[in-house]
Amino acid sequence: MLRFLLLAFSVVVFAHAELCKPDAQNAFKVRLSIKTALGDNAYAWDANEEYLFKAMVAFAMRRYSSKSTTQISNVLLCNVTDRVSFWFVVTDSAKNVTTVAGSEVEAAIRMNRNRINSAFLLSDKTLQFLKISSTIAPPVEPSTPVWLIVFGVVLCLTVAGIVFLIVTGIQRRKKQNKESSETEDLEEKCEVTVTIENGIPCETLDLKAGHINGVYAADDERFASL
Amino acid sequence: CEAQFLPNPEERRIPNMEKSRPLWDNPLQFVFACISYAVGLGNVWRFPYLCQMYGGGGFLIPYFIMLVVEGMPLLYLELAVGQRMRRGSIGAWKMISPYLCGVGVASVVVSFFLSMYYNVINAWAFWYLFHSFQDPLPWASCPLNGNRTGDEAECARTSPTQYFWYRRTLNIAPSLEAAGALQWEQALCLTLAWLLVYLCILRGTESTGKVVYVTASLPYCVLIIYLIRGLTLHGAVNGLIYMFTPKLEQLANPKAWISAATQIFFSLGLGFGSLIAFASYNEPSNNCERHAVVVSLINSATSIFASIVTFSIYGFKATFNYESCMSKVILLLTNAFDLEEGSLTADNLGAVQGHLQAAHPQRYAELQPQLKNCSLEAELDTAVQGTGLAFIVYSEAIKNMEVPQLYSVLYFVMLLMLGIGSMLGNTAAILTPLTDSKFIASHLSKEVVSGLVCFINCIIGLIFTMEAGNYWFDIFNDYAATLSLLLIVLVETIAVCYVYGIRRFEKDLHTMIGHKPSWYWKVMWAFASPLLIISLFIFYITDYILTGTLQYQAWDAAQVKQHRGFDYPGYALAVIGLLVAASTMCIPLGALLTLARRRLRRGRARPVA
Repeated sequence: MLRFLLLAFSVVVFAHAELCKPDAQNAFKVRLSIKTALGDNAYAWDANEEYLFKAMVAFAMRRYSSKSTTQISNVLLCNVTDRVSFWFVVTDSAKNVTTVAGSEVEAAIRMNRNRINSAFLLSDKTLQFLKISSTIAPPVEPSTPVWLIVFGVVLCLTVAGIVFLIVTGIQRRKKQNKESSETEDLEEKCEVTVTIENGIPCETLDLKAGHINGVYAADDERFASL
Repeated sequence: CEAQFLPNPEERRIPNMEKSRPLWDNPLQFVFACISYAVGLGNVWRFPYLCQMYGGGGFLIPYFIMLVVEGMPLLYLELAVGQRMRRGSIGAWKMISPYLCGVGVASVVVSFFLSMYYNVINAWAFWYLFHSFQDPLPWASCPLNGNRTGDEAECARTSPTQYFWYRRTLNIAPSLEAAGALQWEQALCLTLAWLLVYLCILRGTESTGKVVYVTASLPYCVLIIYLIRGLTLHGAVNGLIYMFTPKLEQLANPKAWISAATQIFFSLGLGFGSLIAFASYNEPSNNCERHAVVVSLINSATSIFASIVTFSIYGFKATFNYESCMSKVILLLTNAFDLEEGSLTADNLGAVQGHLQAAHPQRYAELQPQLKNCSLEAELDTAVQGTGLAFIVYSEAIKNMEVPQLYSVLYFVMLLMLGIGSMLGNTAAILTPLTDSKFIASHLSKEVVSGLVCFINCIIGLIFTMEAGNYWFDIFNDYAATLSLLLIVLVETIAVCYVYGIRRFEKDLHTMIGHKPSWYWKVMWAFASPLLIISLFIFYITDYILTGTLQYQAWDAAQVKQHRGFDYPGYALAVIGLLVAASTMCIPLGALLTLARRRLRRGRARPVA
């Protein structure tokens, strides 16, 4: 009896060693970076954590194919290093010596990645399944790009400023034209009275030249001194 | 240009103006306008590069010598000419001598080319500014690829900041021939930039005078904030030490002196006609000598100040990259040899590497190509200038700071102010001669002329928003203004000293300022500056001839680096030739035209006499 048990045990251990080894078929390497993720709150990796890992993988397999009867004992871990990295493989619950197809394991892990990560307080980057790529959540994008909103604000302010300046410029020019035509009327009246009176003062202003406004005559003198 | 035949030589002394010319409200506006124009992007992105290339602190020696020999005298000359003649560049040179009207036209043409491509930089600054209001910044990380398993391929090969610049901003084509489509986002930003410039120049000196208070002072506020932030960054000291250790052996390199001369020359913006335009709105009794010295000193001081800021940012970025590189190597080794986390640090890396190489030679040899040699010196040595510095290096440093949105907004607002300030000068150089001309002033109002100029420039500027636009930008940047300006300023100096006569110029300055210029100014104007410009000119021409065909660097998306050595296609070479010829040919053409007209008039006058 004892011999039989010993033989069965050695067969199981042998099978275990055969099934789970680095680069075995359907085996995956896992790497954890606990210190990077948690810093001072990092926990040590021991047998209890390994048990939790096996439980999570079994849980993932059960959820993936609901009829699955994967047990914790079906998940085999090996080659645990100081890095904390190890290989694992999932054996078929029905036949103990074969492993579940890698694609199934991959799909199961992918589906439950979030749950596995949170069980260990880690993230996709710190709990790496080396052959299983993770689907990264896309960043949240607002419906209107933010830059268009700011662009619109600046554009409206600029256009408003331009319109304001142009309109005030036109108004100012109209007022100036009105004033200069008024002074011209006044001066014409003055000229009429001058011709009647044969006066001299209005002629000196030399209005007919048009461009020179007598008010600025003082400035011309300043220029001439150069 | 019509050559005015002035029968009475005395009349030349009195500027013939009927309407009173618009003036600056006070001399401070004029100084601020000059500072705003002279202090531009070149101070921020070119001077630090030159400092780095030509000996760090030692570069300041040729820089200051060139400032004294070339910068201050030529600046004083242009300001004095503008203030004396009280006209834009075309009118001013026509009054010096009717044969020189071509010089003014050449200035206007060069300013026109410059304003065409310069505003594109403001468009890029707007683009980055608008994108700074996001968390996280869009250039902080790579976008995801199609099936969301990792980063976008092109971005993963290079860095997120480079990807954002080359792909999201420029959407650069692989070569100049592949013109590509118009980028509507860039076109929008360019239109906004031109609208903003139009708003500032709409009313002439009235509006420009107020705007320059902001565009001249705001960059200094931002630079001070950045100085304080930069000096407190981790690793900034590395950059500063690197910059200020003088490598005096570089002084023997003639390129250092030539670069110093070129930098002073182009940094002050001589020859464009902007300084003449600004000075023409001065009171005739304004002390332009003092202002010339002040403006050139402030310009140089700003360059040095900006390079202190830049080098502290460089130091931070280099230290950050060095530490990331070290972390990557440590992670690689830890993963490959399954060592305990945290056992490898930067200090024991070398020793452990040696140990691993001895213990597992085969596996280590497999890893060897991936193990980069991280070196802080190598990171600091990567010298970048131009748009690469402003938009890639700085944005990379900003994304690693705390509250990056704030610093990003401040930085790009500063770039905008610098760019708009220079644009104000450029457009003044174009508009002042146009509004001085009686023909145009009588038919169109100032607002319409400004609007037309902005509109035409905007339409032509859309070329730079195409996918290959950055290559055309480089063409304009390298060839539109370099040779022509040297020639223009040379002719200007010789004209004032020898055609107009230095004694007459002295007397004019005495009337304006109240004292004659000292012997230093006269020696510089008459001998030193022209000789220097001639030697710069000869150097540029021999450089162009020696390098043979002109080449450009294209961005290779597959290898993600600047690929040197594509030859310009035929039509691009034709455009380069046109750019240089369009401005330089104006000078002899103008003289010939005046000669022809005079002959004609003399021919017509003879039968009467």
